[in-house]
Amino acid sequence: MPPNRPVSNDGDFMTISLKVNGTTHSVPAEPDTPLLYVLRNDLALNGAKFGCGLAQCGACTVLVDGQPVRSCVTPAGMLASSEVTTIEGLGTIEKPHPLQQAFIDEQAAQCGYCINGMLMTAKALLAQNPHPTDAQVREGLALNLCRCGTHNRIVRAVLRAADVIGRS
Amino acid sequence: MNTPVLTRRAFTAAAGAIVLAFTLDPKRALAEGAKLPGDLQKDPRLDAWIRIDADGSATVFTGKAELGQGIVTALTQIAAEELDLPLDRVHMITADTARTPDEGVTAGSQSVEYSGTALRFAGAEVRAILLDAAAKKLAVAADTLTVSAGTISAADGRKMTYGELAAAVDLKRDATAKFRPKPASAHTIVGTAVKRVDIPRKVTGGVAYVQDMRPAGMLHGRVVRPPRYGSKLDSVDEAAAKTTPGVVAVVRDGSFLGVVAAREEQAIAARAALTKSAKWTLGPPLPDPATIHEHLLSLPTEDTIISDKRPQRLASLPPGAQVMEATYRRPYMAHASIGPSCSLAEFKDGKLTIWSHSQGVFPNRGKVAEALGMNVADVREIHTEGSGCYGHNGADDVALDAALLARAVPGRPVRVQWMRDDEFGWEPYGAAMVMKAKATLHEGRVLDWNYDVWSNTHSMRPSEPGGVNLLAAWDLADAKKPAPPRNIPQPAGGGDRNAIPLYDFPRQHVVNHLIKEMPLRVSALRTLGAYANVFALESFMDELALAAGADPVAFRLAHLTDPRAKAVIEAAAKRAGWKPGEQGGNGRGRGIGFAKYKNLASYVAVIAEVEVDRGSGAVRVPSAFAAVDSGQIINPDGLANQVEGGVIQSTSWTLKEEVRFTPDGIVSRDWESYAILTMPEVPHVEVELIDRPDERPLGAGECSQGPTVAAIANAVAHATGRRLRDLPLTPARVKAALG
Repeated sequence: MPPNRPVSNDGDFMTISLKVNGTTHSVPAEPDTPLLYVLRNDLALNGAKFGCGLAQCGACTVLVDGQPVRSCVTPAGMLASSEVTTIEGLGTIEKPHPLQQAFIDEQAAQCGYCINGMLMTAKALLAQNPHPTDAQVREGLALNLCRCGTHNRIVRAVLRAADVIGRS
Repeated sequence: MNTPVLTRRAFTAAAGAIVLAFTLDPKRALAEGAKLPGDLQKDPRLDAWIRIDADGSATVFTGKAELGQGIVTALTQIAAEELDLPLDRVHMITADTARTPDEGVTAGSQSVEYSGTALRFAGAEVRAILLDAAAKKLAVAADTLTVSAGTISAADGRKMTYGELAAAVDLKRDATAKFRPKPASAHTIVGTAVKRVDIPRKVTGGVAYVQDMRPAGMLHGRVVRPPRYGSKLDSVDEAAAKTTPGVVAVVRDGSFLGVVAAREEQAIAARAALTKSAKWTLGPPLPDPATIHEHLLSLPTEDTIISDKRPQRLASLPPGAQVMEATYRRPYMAHASIGPSCSLAEFKDGKLTIWSHSQGVFPNRGKVAEALGMNVADVREIHTEGSGCYGHNGADDVALDAALLARAVPGRPVRVQWMRDDEFGWEPYGAAMVMKAKATLHEGRVLDWNYDVWSNTHSMRPSEPGGVNLLAAWDLADAKKPAPPRNIPQPAGGGDRNAIPLYDFPRQHVVNHLIKEMPLRVSALRTLGAYANVFALESFMDELALAAGADPVAFRLAHLTDPRAKAVIEAAAKRAGWKPGEQGGNGRGRGIGFAKYKNLASYVAVIAEVEVDRGSGAVRVPSAFAAVDSGQIINPDGLANQVEGGVIQSTSWTLKEEVRFTPDGIVSRDWESYAILTMPEVPHVEVELIDRPDERPLGAGECSQGPTVAAIANAVAHATGRRLRDLPLTPARVKAALG
């Protein structure tokens, strides 16, 4: 049986180093492995989703140094000196981030598969523009696809979170 | 909470079983020999639905599955209501061939109606049995007892909990349905906007989907599908693929080809290598997309007259009568789930376990077993959520893919994730359709109505008898044949769903033409034929109203007698500020669409406003107003969410969606070649709910799509003066119509 783990030319296991949600991890994977698979399979982080693998739908969005990136096309080996933030890094089910709480309050999910991308993109949007208008939220989420038709609730959740964060 | 206890006439303990004889509500009493309500018919055993646990909570079983529609929450509400338990003490177990009742397929907006009704009656009966047991132990009459949050209290203050009674009640018996569920006026949980139980974990990265499963020792699988339908695999360099890093197994069985690897990215790389080296004998070319509807009309059909109302023939047209005709078309449409289909399978000690987001784990298990040559009893399929499916997408197929790959590596669970192009290229589409309408108009009223619909089937699910409707099964060395296509019969209908108008026309003739040959793979897409039929029927009603010089709302109301139908139209018109006779123009217009879904379920009217850019032909829908009557409302927020989601999804279908193909194969393979509505393009939606607490709860997951397409098409006609009868309403098509 061939080796289950990537092996470098001199026979050693290749590892890549990543800082995710404040913790540094060493992962046995080729440097060109998309970040998405490292997050999901090696670090057991469920938030980022596989949607297209083509950077078209946004379900896999995470923050790298605060900027939203499509983890399905971002090589994990490029990120040794970066800070990766996933939805798990925002808050927990017991202590959700205001954005997460706003999505719960607005019941802004049907199947929920796109929500990670919506929420993480919104996180970056609010960092740049803490008080967006309805239209600005829609523009900011223009490249994130939703199929269930939950769009308007998602916009309301982002506006609600902006309001809550602004008042805190 | 105190609720009145059913009047007890007598009870006796006999042969270890509690015999109950309660006064029956005459309206609800189940006559001897009558059918049990809802899906109690499919599994009458009480303990198949409800078990009372020693800690006083209830474990509730449903054969229906969470598809993102919030059904687990709604069913939890129903069970908690009847059992008088708080929501957090009702634990729901969903579709699992080893544990739950077999309720077939979760589809057609029927879960609340069938599973919910079963749980209402089972819950009422279990509660009565608990009360009876408590009455016996406390030596008081059951009708003197009250229940609050699973604690039963006697008038003298003594208490017993459900937990204390759990061992004393025997639920291993058939339901009688002789215990009346609570009237709506006594409801404190049903009818309230309870928050969805699944959302917190979905927004915090909790385990929510089959994609999130990673049992110890799990491997990753990918499949290699041919360039187009019916192709045969001649050769592939398996040896080279086996030396690709991480590859554990290459599986080739006939023309089925797949790979198992240690890491997900390794499986993807091996898939790419196999795709490159695979040599195929191509299947037959697809039809020319430019003439697909003409091609479909040229194929043999099986014709059924589904409505024929002709008290007397029109001997001759009365003076001033006007005969109108129109033909409408819809393209092939994709489910286009955001997450491609995924399944996990494990083959161990001759037994197979599959985790799948199939809408029907029971029928799918049967067909997976048949494809693999296994006994059904040796296969277990457990529903585990996936991305929203909106009908029959790749969920069932990927379960067989996972099973085939897992069989090659016994003892190791294999998770198979379809890639984006697998899902778009191989999912069964919603069928292309042609609808022809012809009517005679006289003195502002429809005198005669003729309607013909041509379509492939709208159900090629694994549940169809007489074959195996699973993609990989057709490619195996021991290949299985697909089931013969058939139309889902009226009254629900398949291609002819909603083809019979709800309007009161004195004469009507409606014919369904089932086209059996399927040039593209098709099956159930949300609403089946209803989306296209409501589009055609409601567009034609507007064309007739225009010819009659009547306002579209008034014209519809004049042809309706059903008060609930009229009420939703009037409510939508009021909400939208509809002004009778208002002129469209300058690229702005508004239109209405109405339907009672399946002619059996929710009543919905939608009014859409549109803006048409005359230069580009682009249509925008800034806002839509919907009014819905779903009978008794279980969860108002859940209902509003479903209706609004349907309006938005239908707007996307209507403005943008069409599966693209050439004779060489399917071209729509990603989100650029199959574009859907984006956030800035989504309409603002207002939903008005009409609660009918004394009416049956009606399904709502598919009720708003038909009225929405009609409202948009009618609004475009109102805005531009041009009628578009071909979907989708793309800029090119609109521009061409504007000339």
